[in-house]
Amino acid sequence: MAKRDAIPEVETYIDHQAGVIREVQPPAPRSKKAAERRANRAIYTALVIISVVWLAPFLFLVLQSFRSYLTEDGGMVSYLVPKAFSLDNYRFLFEDGRYLRWYTNTLTIALFVSVLQTGMVLSVSYVLSRMRFRGRRFIMNMILVLGMFPGFLTLIALYFLLKQFGLTQEGAIPGLILIYVASSGMGYYISKGFFDTIPKSLDESARIDGATRFYVFRRIIMPLSKPIVIYTILMGFMAPWGDYVFASYVAFGKSDSYNVAVGLYRWVNTLDFQGYFTRFCAGGVLVAIPITILFFLLQRYYVEGVTGGAVKG
Amino acid sequence: MADLEYLGLTRPQKALRRLAAFLTGLPGRLGRGLLGLLRALGRLARGAWHELRDLALTFMEGDWKTRTSFFIMGFGSIARGQVMRGLLFLLFQAVFLLYMLFFGGAYLAKWGTLGDVETTRQGRVTVYGDNSFLILLYGVLTLFFVLAFLYTWRVNVRQNRISQRLQQAGKPLKTAREDVAALADSQFHKTLLALPTLGIFLFTIVPIVFMVLVAFTNYDYNHQPPGKLFTWVGLSNFRTMLSAGSANYGSTFSQVLLWTLIWAFFATFLNYFLGMMVAIMINKKGIRLKKLWRTILVMTIAIPQFVSLLYVSKMFAADGLINSYLMKWGWISEALPFWTNPTWARVTIIVINIWIGIPYLMLIATGILMNIPADLYESARIDGANAVQMYGKITLPYMLFVTGPYLLTSFIGNINNFNVIFLLSGGGPMSMELGGNAGYTDLLITWLYKMTVNNTDYKMAAVIGIIVFVVTALINVVVYNMIPSVKHEEDFQ
Repeated sequence: MAKRDAIPEVETYIDHQAGVIREVQPPAPRSKKAAERRANRAIYTALVIISVVWLAPFLFLVLQSFRSYLTEDGGMVSYLVPKAFSLDNYRFLFEDGRYLRWYTNTLTIALFVSVLQTGMVLSVSYVLSRMRFRGRRFIMNMILVLGMFPGFLTLIALYFLLKQFGLTQEGAIPGLILIYVASSGMGYYISKGFFDTIPKSLDESARIDGATRFYVFRRIIMPLSKPIVIYTILMGFMAPWGDYVFASYVAFGKSDSYNVAVGLYRWVNTLDFQGYFTRFCAGGVLVAIPITILFFLLQRYYVEGVTGGAVKG
Repeated sequence: MADLEYLGLTRPQKALRRLAAFLTGLPGRLGRGLLGLLRALGRLARGAWHELRDLALTFMEGDWKTRTSFFIMGFGSIARGQVMRGLLFLLFQAVFLLYMLFFGGAYLAKWGTLGDVETTRQGRVTVYGDNSFLILLYGVLTLFFVLAFLYTWRVNVRQNRISQRLQQAGKPLKTAREDVAALADSQFHKTLLALPTLGIFLFTIVPIVFMVLVAFTNYDYNHQPPGKLFTWVGLSNFRTMLSAGSANYGSTFSQVLLWTLIWAFFATFLNYFLGMMVAIMINKKGIRLKKLWRTILVMTIAIPQFVSLLYVSKMFAADGLINSYLMKWGWISEALPFWTNPTWARVTIIVINIWIGIPYLMLIATGILMNIPADLYESARIDGANAVQMYGKITLPYMLFVTGPYLLTSFIGNINNFNVIFLLSGGGPMSMELGGNAGYTDLLITWLYKMTVNNTDYKMAAVIGIIVFVVTALINVVVYNMIPSVKHEEDFQ
């Protein structure tokens, strides 16, 4: 390293820099401000364009959800703004029963998964962060290797496993909860990263005072871990809304057991549901609104989790 | 001298030199790897020898209680007063024997052939024969059960040795109450890990082992249990997948693999740099409404992808909004082939993915940018560096250093990015030139899904799954060693 510091390149670099400085007259404070303003104006323009691009599809989605499937056209049409605003699609969603069923299915799954998964993830991450025991490395390596297999590889095996217990088709809801929760301990990385940042001296001093491991976990670590608990709950709650693959495979054509993703996917992509496009839009809006509100309420915790996870790897 | 020489080189020369060093270093690294493997094997053999010797010693030095425990698990514990432990061991042995006798044994016995009694129809009655699927599945379960039994048996023997020694030394044994109390304290990890481990075992390990084995059978639409049997076929599925020829998938596979890697590259790095740029713009001093810009971008994270991506996919369809309006305004005369032309579809997917991906990167980059020491920029500004120079010399290296592991996981994640492809193009456009129902935008993972769900060609799905694993593992191993910020785990604590 010492050799590298003493290279001629550094000197030329400085020469070069000096040359530049000599050529350019130090700008007057006024014009510097003007340049700054110009740069900012460019950035504002860019940000406005980006915002429009980002929001447009959602705006379109909402607009099209107001096009009546009864009096206008429920399929894909070549214009954006409906000729008459109507709530027919939303009325259909509430009166038809199918959509409400899918919605309650997904909500049930999401509630159960968010609670159970949080328990699983926190257990695993706490143990791996805090305790040292034989087999710890082995468990971590094992999870790493298992994680390299694609998730859908096990689709049929899981399906038949669930089928043995009657947890497919009619029983798809508990079956899906089981699938989502069972292996969730493998996603321990982010919360372990969080636990790692809590000083170990806290545990140790409590242990010297005679506290058990359980007491430390329950009374010392958990109260300090509110952000990561909320993050884990949020993730557990949001994930089931978007799952199509497992949900469609486990429900296997049983419409009563669909979640919203499967139901709406069929509405928009199956030929016998040709005129359901606007109803898909309305259904999508009703899913997006509560999730988005929840997300923005808890956004702070999400950002903490995501950035923490990215830096720790 | 070599160092000085190196520093005198131009950039491309330096890169070339580094590449050469990497390549010439490869044999050495491989050799070291092999040596390590041999050493690990040696350790394994030593461990096995040690275990055997310990078992023999336990038996020879053991009293009658210990010796009986070799055959009746838990006997020694009960005889020494540790009734609860002993009963648990005994119960486990009883369950295991019953399971093997009445259930698992029969399945394991047929593992060699995966069943040979065909299902037949006698008149109007179907007489079911063997079910290859269940034989394979329960065979895997039984095998794990046997391993668990062996392990428990070993623990049982070791316990006897320890207890016997303690008693001979006149020390008290642990009571059942102490055992239970330990589960909340020194053995707390066992309590916490019990359920997660069971879940991962049943719902991840068993299915994965099962599917890996399926890759070596002929389980497909022509061999569907319970009507038909399937059996072991060795490596022939891998041959079908990898070799060329019209009956094989070789050309399709290389096409799909190539696109998977191209996709993962663009999806990772394009989003990375664009997301960073957006983050820099938003965080620039003097830009107002920072929170508003961020909130707008984050919309695509908040809204479930099956809503946003399905809708956008329809927007770009032949009869979708974009084509309709472009035609209405007279800019084009016929619909742009967003989803019907292979190249168009690929580019469209990458572009739409920017819409999904930038917000994540924006969030991550924002956190990291704030951590870059401000005096670095200050001194750079005094030296007369402009914005581009500061970006190239400070921001980018810092970001790359800190987010190295993230880039790796994100690349791997994009290889397996099912949602974007499936919801946008469904893998299409399809073509007669591609086998196995694959389309031009299919990733390995979506192809795997099609193999499973549409083609019910489970053996090929399993082969693809194994290949994805191999690709992922290779990338991990190679890249992990090249990332500068990979530190020892404990460094973070």
